[in-house]
Amino acid sequence: MDIESLTEKVGYDLLRLAVTELPRDVKEALQKAHREETSEAGKTQLKAILENIQLAERTHTPMCQDTGTIIFYIRAGAEVGRLEKVENALIEATRRATVEVPLRPNAVDPFVGKNTGDNTGRNIPFVNWEIVPGNSLEITVLPKGGGSENVCMLGMLVPGEGLQGLKKFVVDAVMKAGAKPCPPNILGVAVGGGADVALKLAKKALLRPIDQHNSDPEISELERELLEAANLTGIGPMGLGGRFTVLGVNVDYAARHPASYPAAVAFNCWAARRATARILENGEVEHITHRNR
Amino acid sequence: MTVYRLTTPISEDETRKLKVNDEIYITGTMVTARDQAHKRALELHAENKKLPLDLEGLAVFHCGPIVKKHGDKWRIVAAGPTTSTRMDIFEGDFIKNFKVRVIIGKGGMGQRTTEAMQRYGAVYGAFTGGAAVLAAKAIDEVRAVEWFDLGMPEALWILGAKEFGPLTVAIDSHGNNLFEDVRDRAEENRKAIYRKLGIR
Ligand code: SF4
Repeated sequence: MDIESLTEKVGYDLLRLAVTELPRDVKEALQKAHREETSEAGKTQLKAILENIQLAERTHTPMCQDTGTIIFYIRAGAEVGRLEKVENALIEATRRATVEVPLRPNAVDPFVGKNTGDNTGRNIPFVNWEIVPGNSLEITVLPKGGGSENVCMLGMLVPGEGLQGLKKFVVDAVMKAGAKPCPPNILGVAVGGGADVALKLAKKALLRPIDQHNSDPEISELERELLEAANLTGIGPMGLGGRFTVLGVNVDYAARHPASYPAAVAFNCWAARRATARILENGEVEHITHRNR
Repeated sequence: MTVYRLTTPISEDETRKLKVNDEIYITGTMVTARDQAHKRALELHAENKKLPLDLEGLAVFHCGPIVKKHGDKWRIVAAGPTTSTRMDIFEGDFIKNFKVRVIIGKGGMGQRTTEAMQRYGAVYGAFTGGAAVLAAKAIDEVRAVEWFDLGMPEALWILGAKEFGPLTVAIDSHGNNLFEDVRDRAEENRKAIYRKLGIR
C-alpha cells in the first residue's frame, strides 16, 4: 500500500467526519440527557444541541465554529513500512481539510501572534505515537476546542490525601469550570506518572467511548462515583442549571513516585469530536467510529 | 416556563413579561456587537452623534461571525455566541442609552447588567455555546455591515433573523439572574458532595 497517500486521504476523511458528526456514544448520551433533564433551561439547551448536531450532520457543516486544535493518535503496527511518511501526510490532510471542510484556522504563533491560516504550525497538528504488533495503522483524530481546553487542570496533590484528594480535585475542577467549557462535558481523569504523563493520559482517556465500562471494576466504580458527584453540582447544560453537567468520566492511571501524586482533569465539551479508522495491510480502510459518508 | 416568539422592535411591555427559564425565538433585526462596537457606540453617544441605525427594541448578539462575500452579497458561514462577561463594563450604559431589549450571548452577565436590565427593561437570552449551525440557519440575511474598520469579528453586522433560538431567558427585567442562582446553588451543594465522597 502507498502509506503516504492513504494516510493523507484517511486523515482528511477523519477530520471531515469528526467535525460534522459526533460519535454514536456521545450522540446517545446527549439524547438521553435531553430525555431525562428536569431543568427547563437545561432541556432547552440540550434541545438546541441536538438540533444543531442533526443540522450539521445533514448539511456536512462543522457542528461548532471552533473546530479546535488538531491532535492525532496513531497506533502503528510494527510491521508497517515507511512510517516516517505519516506525520507529513497528516499535515497535508490538515491543510486540505482547513480549506475544503472548512475548518477555522486555529494555529497561532505564541510569540508574534500570527495565525498560520492552515491549522499547522510548530508541533501542530500534534501526533501521538504508539507502536503495536501487526501490520495495520490506526489513526484517531481529536479536534480539541479551546473553551474546554482552557479549563483543563493539573494538580500536584499531597500523596497522604490519596484518593480523597483526587476526588476533591475533580469536583473542584468542575465547579471552577462552571459554564465555560460548554457543558455537558466529558471528563478524562488521570493520576500518577508525573505531571506530563498525568495530563497525557487524561486527554487520551477522552478517546474511550463513554458507554464502555472500565475493565477494572474498582476504577469503573470510581468513574461512576465521580460522574455522580460532578452532576450533583447542578451546574447543568451550558451552566443554566440541571442534572447533566457531565456525560461521562473516563479514568486512567500510571504508577507514581512515592513522593508525588500528580492528578489531571481534561475537559471535552458537548461537541466531543473524535474519529478513528484503520488502514489494513491490503490498503483497505476500516472506519471505526463513523460510517464514511 | 413559557415559549415566546418575539418580533423586533420589541416593546418594554413585552420584555417585562419574560421571566428567567422562558424560551424565546426572535424574528427581525439583530445586530452583532463585541467589545469594540460597544465602545464605539458609547463614544458616539457621548459626543451626541448618531449611530448607523436606531437600536431601540432590537436584539444585540455577542458574536464575532465568519462572513463570506458571494458576488456583492454577504453570507453568514458561522455565528456562534461569544462569552458575554467581557461586555459587562459597557452593557449597562448600552441598554440605558439605546433601549435594546434583548442581549444574546453565552455564559451570562454580572450585577451591573442585571441592574440595568431591571431598570430599563431588557433581558439576557442565553444561546447554546458552539451551536453555530443552528445560529447560521436562523439568520436569513445580512442587511448591512457598519464599522468594518474594526475587523470582521468586531464590526457591527446588521442581520435579518428568523425564529432565532431557542434562547433561554437567563436574566430577566425583574432582577433574576439564572447563572448566578446556579452558581450559588452549586456552592451550597459543594459541602454535601464532599461528604458523599468521604472528603473531610
Ligand atoms: S467549548 Fe466546545 S462547543 Fe463550546 S465553543 Fe468551544 S469547541 Fe465549541
